Amino acid sequence: MKKKSKLPGLYLGFILALMYIPILLVIIYSFNESRISSVWGGWSLRWYRDLFRDRDIMEAMTNSLFLATVSSLSAAVIGTLAAVGMPKTNLRGKGIIEYLSTLPIMIPEIILGMVFLVYFSLIKLPFGMITLAVAHTSFCIPYVYMLVKARLVGIDKSYAEAAKDLGATEWNVFWDITLPLILPAITSGVLLAFAMSLDDVVISVFVTGVNTNTLPLKIYTQLKTGVTPKINALCTLMFVSTMLIVITSAWFARKSVSRTERRINSEEASGIGDSIGLVR
Amino acid sequence: MNDTILELYQIEKSFGDVRVLNGIDLSVPKGEFITLLGPSGCGKTTTLRIIAGLETPDRGRVFLAGKDVTDLEPNKRNVNTVFQNYALFPHMNVEANIAYSLKLKRIDKQTISKTVKEALDLVQLAGYEKRMPDELSGGQRQRVAIARAIVNEPAVLLLDEPLGALDLQLRHQMQIELKRLQKRLGVTFIYITHDQEEALNMSDRIAVMRDGKFEQIGTPAQVYDHPRTSYVARFVGSANLISGTAYNVGEGLIRLDTEDGPGLVRTRGARIMDGQAITVAVRRESVTLVTGETNDNLGLRAVVKEKNYAGGVLQIIVSLSDGRELVSSRQGIDSPLKAGDHVLVTWLPDQGVIVDLEEAG
Amino acid sequence: MNTEIRRGSPAVLMTGGEPRKRKASFRRLFDAATISVVPIYVFTLLFVVGPLVYMVVLSFLKRAETWGVLREFTWANYSNILKPVYLKTFYESLKLASFTTLFVALVGYPFGYFMARLTAVWKRRMMLLLMIPFWTSSLIRLYGWIIIFRANGTLDNILMGIGLTKAPLKLLYTYSAVVVGMIYALVPFMIFAVYSSAEKLDWQLVEAARDLGATPWQAFITVSFRLTLPGLLSGVVLTFIPSMGLFFIADILGGNKVILVGNLIQEQLMKARNWPFAAALSVVLMILTSIMIALYRKVSGVKDLEGLV
Repeated sequence: MKKKSKLPGLYLGFILALMYIPILLVIIYSFNESRISSVWGGWSLRWYRDLFRDRDIMEAMTNSLFLATVSSLSAAVIGTLAAVGMPKTNLRGKGIIEYLSTLPIMIPEIILGMVFLVYFSLIKLPFGMITLAVAHTSFCIPYVYMLVKARLVGIDKSYAEAAKDLGATEWNVFWDITLPLILPAITSGVLLAFAMSLDDVVISVFVTGVNTNTLPLKIYTQLKTGVTPKINALCTLMFVSTMLIVITSAWFARKSVSRTERRINSEEASGIGDSIGLVR
Repeated sequence: MNDTILELYQIEKSFGDVRVLNGIDLSVPKGEFITLLGPSGCGKTTTLRIIAGLETPDRGRVFLAGKDVTDLEPNKRNVNTVFQNYALFPHMNVEANIAYSLKLKRIDKQTISKTVKEALDLVQLAGYEKRMPDELSGGQRQRVAIARAIVNEPAVLLLDEPLGALDLQLRHQMQIELKRLQKRLGVTFIYITHDQEEALNMSDRIAVMRDGKFEQIGTPAQVYDHPRTSYVARFVGSANLISGTAYNVGEGLIRLDTEDGPGLVRTRGARIMDGQAITVAVRRESVTLVTGETNDNLGLRAVVKEKNYAGGVLQIIVSLSDGRELVSSRQGIDSPLKAGDHVLVTWLPDQGVIVDLEEAG
Repeated sequence: MNTEIRRGSPAVLMTGGEPRKRKASFRRLFDAATISVVPIYVFTLLFVVGPLVYMVVLSFLKRAETWGVLREFTWANYSNILKPVYLKTFYESLKLASFTTLFVALVGYPFGYFMARLTAVWKRRMMLLLMIPFWTSSLIRLYGWIIIFRANGTLDNILMGIGLTKAPLKLLYTYSAVVVGMIYALVPFMIFAVYSSAEKLDWQLVEAARDLGATPWQAFITVSFRLTLPGLLSGVVLTFIPSMGLFFIADILGGNKVILVGNLIQEQLMKARNWPFAAALSVVLMILTSIMIALYRKVSGVKDLEGLV
């Protein structure tokens, strides 16, 4: 109220710095020429070269990308259909199903991993890509569902009514009106789900098969047993791609707001952007 | 005269590049109801916040009961505020809200509950102690906010558009109640509003603000009948402003020559040169429209543009040759005039006020 | 997690049951909306409800001698938890979680609170700046801490460089390293929770308190803190619950020295292969989690956790 204190600003800056330092260190060390990672041997790209020559890692990368694509797209279909259909259907137990479907991101990850492990072996699902895909889809659905649902709430009902008034069928309304309006929200949700899948360790540890490796699993094992400098390079690449995905997602989320609300004010737009971070 | 309770001296305030207050002076005697009147953005809320201590002026001093309080924290000033949206604490009931300042002073429980009760009686809300703010209507919240601000027995009570959120009817009722309350408490009220009617109804004095400066400070009658500037004339009285050249005709009268014809005004002691450019304010209800010729050859030639009725008042808008519009209003239903009619715009010399004179003051 | 999401209410379950609606239900089964929700019904029942139910069932089954599970009912898995060695793990877990939550609150509350007082432009910038570490893989962030903490790592170099210490501190694989890792992983949740609460706070109330005679500190306690308490509590829940299960932080930064419930579950599952016991541990963890959320709701009177979308 009186003289503006500098303390809050300093504090915010200090904590932010602490948050960034570990990440920056990883990035800096990925360009370290030296084999011994605690010694600085000058700038070099050799670990990136080695990384791309490592067939194990390349395979894990392919697996990770495939897995993230499959699970986020499955989640997109299931989640979008559900978000659109739920408010209209009279099917019994929809409140319960809605709640249960979000459980995978509410309960501690370790429990989710554990239940999947025991359940998959009960129903004799072969461990590997299939189990990974099912498990990942389960925690991807809530992201798509919640973002699309939130967007649907913001869409003026009169659009659909106007379309129907002009002779559109339920199907036309979905295809011509609803889908275009929620597309940014779907995209945003899918990208987030993709990023989550690409990053997941805990659940993957439990449900992966003997011969199926993903990038985070690879890093996890190495962190436990001993790191090679290649991991620095790998981490840096993962960091960059996650950032690109998240920023793109936030951009879509923002777009999804401005599409339907003409009087877009910056607060609201950032509100949606903010919420993306919070779902995690 | 040592009964001045509040004095502002040369207050200046900027927010970033925006100059909000431009060196304002104000002296308020004890027990006065003074209104700061102006449009939004004129600096009236900033003035209030500086008095409350919620804002520090860049320059100038604030004196409260003769003491310099410019650098004093808000909690150390014997001033309380009724905030625009009441700012009742949502997590406390009515009683706790009102008792808040007393509890901070560590006054004993019995005295507190007695004071709270008295305050609630005063604002006619006895029995509402246990209600939460969100269970109250707008008018009731308003009263609680007032009760909360007065239990501290402030030397000055600041009210920031306290009636702004209420509907018209309730607003009229609260105007009367507030005025009564102020009389009874004898506390100095500094009241902010952008509603000139509210200001005229309630205040002992009105300070008209514009762009971080006071345009005119005076009683409602002074401000309404003798606006000093064209801005005050327009903002407080919605007056017509007519510009022209002055010509002294003796007996304290001046002839105002315009392109559309002459009019007469009284000088009221102002010294005006022949040929001086002046602006005259004439209130709408003082404007008479005449068809045909006037016997004294006075009147501005104009053409009727449109007529409309609002609340039993007939307004006739006429336009001068340069396209500028004047408004004449009077009680009544209709007039034989119709759009396109040629008329003369006249007024009595006493009803024209020369505004924007340099030496005014 | 979405504030929009209704908690499963029994009322919803009952609505379909009225006799008059029954007739139409055959046709309704085939309308577009119903068909579109079939996938989520199937998926949820098959891959969320199924596994969770099985977990509960499993926790009451006997472990087979060599491999797998016997279909015999037993309380043994639960009574097993009461063994001192496992109780100690729960105790250690709760202790670490409490420590972590306390520090996270101390660090995160002021952050969220100050952030809410920034201008709109800075709020958005700050949000973006927070988003980046928040979305960075926890492995990468953990790895960063390894670089800092390991012998002759960044911290050692700095400390020895300015002459505070002479020899490398053995910081990695200690309790403190685990606590730091946990705080680091969880502080954003606290920040977001407090921020969303403080953002809604009407600052005029603080001014009103000051106007009525409160010092800045009194105004903070009686108004700001009181009104942002739901956010703080929500942050507490959001950090406390995961901090009991984040086994890989304890694994990587603690080097098997710190055993949490999460580690125990993982160990029972992957190494000891005692699945019923792991299930029982999970059930207990779930119950603890639910109790915390229920407590939170009761105390704060808020239905949904603040700061979650």
